[in-house]
Amino acid sequence: MADIVIDHVVKEFGSFQALQDVSLVANDGEFVALLGPSGCGKTTLLRIIAGLETQSAGRVVIGGRDVSGLTPRKRGLAMVFQNYAVFPHMTVFENVAFGLRMQKAPADDVKRKVERAAALLHIDGFLERYPAKLSGGQRQRVAVARALAVEPAVLLMDEPLSNLDALLRLEMRTELKAVLREAGTTTIYVTHDQTEAMGLADRIAVMYGGKIEQIGSPLEIYATPATRFVGGFIGSPPMNFIKVRCENGSARIGEMALPCPVAGSEMEIGLRGEDASLAADRSGIPFDVRVVEPMGSHLLLTGAIDGQLARIVTPPTAKVTAGERVGLHVDPSRLTWIDGRTGRAVSRG
Amino acid sequence: MTATSSKAPLPDTSRTYTLPSARRFLLWTGMAALLAWVLVPIYFVALGAFGGRTGVFRWPKSIWPSDLSFAPMMQFLNIEGVFNALMNSFIAAGLTVVFSILLGAPAGYALARYSFRGQNAYRLLVLLTRAFPLAILALPLTVSFIRIGLYDTPFGVSLIHTVLALPFAALVTQSLFMGIPREYEEAAWVFGCTRLQAFVRIVLPLALPGLAATAIFAFVISWNEVFAASILTVRERTLTAYLLKILAESPLHYRFAGGFILIIPSVLFIFAVRRYLFAVWGIASK
Repeated sequence: MADIVIDHVVKEFGSFQALQDVSLVANDGEFVALLGPSGCGKTTLLRIIAGLETQSAGRVVIGGRDVSGLTPRKRGLAMVFQNYAVFPHMTVFENVAFGLRMQKAPADDVKRKVERAAALLHIDGFLERYPAKLSGGQRQRVAVARALAVEPAVLLMDEPLSNLDALLRLEMRTELKAVLREAGTTTIYVTHDQTEAMGLADRIAVMYGGKIEQIGSPLEIYATPATRFVGGFIGSPPMNFIKVRCENGSARIGEMALPCPVAGSEMEIGLRGEDASLAADRSGIPFDVRVVEPMGSHLLLTGAIDGQLARIVTPPTAKVTAGERVGLHVDPSRLTWIDGRTGRAVSRG
Repeated sequence: MTATSSKAPLPDTSRTYTLPSARRFLLWTGMAALLAWVLVPIYFVALGAFGGRTGVFRWPKSIWPSDLSFAPMMQFLNIEGVFNALMNSFIAAGLTVVFSILLGAPAGYALARYSFRGQNAYRLLVLLTRAFPLAILALPLTVSFIRIGLYDTPFGVSLIHTVLALPFAALVTQSLFMGIPREYEEAAWVFGCTRLQAFVRIVLPLALPGLAATAIFAFVISWNEVFAASILTVRERTLTAYLLKILAESPLHYRFAGGFILIIPSVLFIFAVRRYLFAVWGIASK
């Protein structure tokens, strides 16, 4: 039905460049999350797709139609806002029906579609209530139902779960995924919460400083970050970065020698905390444990590798005490090599 | 879903503030003093207005005299020209309300929603119109009004009153529109509204109470204004201007009746919209 092509979009606010030449394709029916810290331009990009902001350069194409210059109402999309923006002077029914009413849909059609959207989001019990009488979670459902009722080809969501408490967020996340899969809507979802993005999205676009750092499936982004930023932003604990020197094609940490994928003296090794395992005989990479935090499902060890901060995840049964020096074994194929000067990952040799 | 619906916060109607007794005493005395400050003069004016010739000069005043009657009031209303002046006052005030909303609300909307060069200067300028002494304008205004044909009409008076009411209208509606999240409008645009439709369907219903308050401000300003109304009219005077002319030569109880009639509409209007006024100032009213 509708794919979204964002073609070299630039947005400037005065001299500040909020988006620097961003390109992104969301295929029909795909769920793409824009993930990044606040101020990275993800909301600006979403608002440009919606037509609420005008790009300084570039095009937005939805379903093969260039919508760059169109007003929001002519773009044929629906949006869920961060603060829900549920109209306070209308009942839940009228809120959900709003888009259909604006399309001048016949009354029985409106009723049928509103009831279906309401049933999908479990708000059919209070269609006659006013939003002031609803909880945050219910208002959020109304906002989603309002967006789904128009059966949009494209759905834009701007941190729709960020105002909910943690438990409700988890519950809504699961439901959203089920609802949107059923509807088959092309969705662009803005969030700063990596677990939301990982859990919901088919593909994630990680944004930083007005640029897209990496686009890929959640697993790709987690396992093979394209830049130091992506590795450090995704994952909890974040990826460890160990500065090493490559000499004669190999890098040495303690007694361990790792083959360098490319020549270059300033390299960093990106190591996921769970990709290292404790060696029984203290061989491998030396790791000075400073703090041991039992997290229930695992032990979180904070310490130093070669004098550089690192966090390692071990099974909860591991016998480690603070102050101890242990040895780590790593699988070289699971390491990310990053060029220390550019911050970009180098391809594995 | 029952889990979340049972968690829905109920509107808090039962909140009570418990103050220490000394502070409560201060609060109530303060309130009593303020009430007396406003109500006692109005009460004396009313006594004079309804007490007739003798009531005005009676001393000591009784709290609830037995000889109150509407007769002095009716006599006052029957004085030639009073009814006409009353009508002129209503026309001028009504037009002032219409003009200041039609001109002030868009200005307030622009100030609230858009940032533009000179915004703060504009805001200050709006207020400065009140600092300009009307007396200096009196003669040129009169001459121009005579030339244009606006002189001695309630319409002409309402134009000047609109100038006086506009700063309030623009600034009050500005804060009013600022209080309505931009997302409401954006949501309306996304779901198929033009800018005008979004304003009419979403912003206007939400702004209505505040607009009503703005209207009342404009009404009261026009109703009470006497200087411009006096210099810009001869025969078609508004009530304040007419009373200023005739009351100097009238017996005291007529003056009280005139004063009472001037007070009442403002008090009634403010009473009627007090809820919205509090809402504008961010004080919850119950």
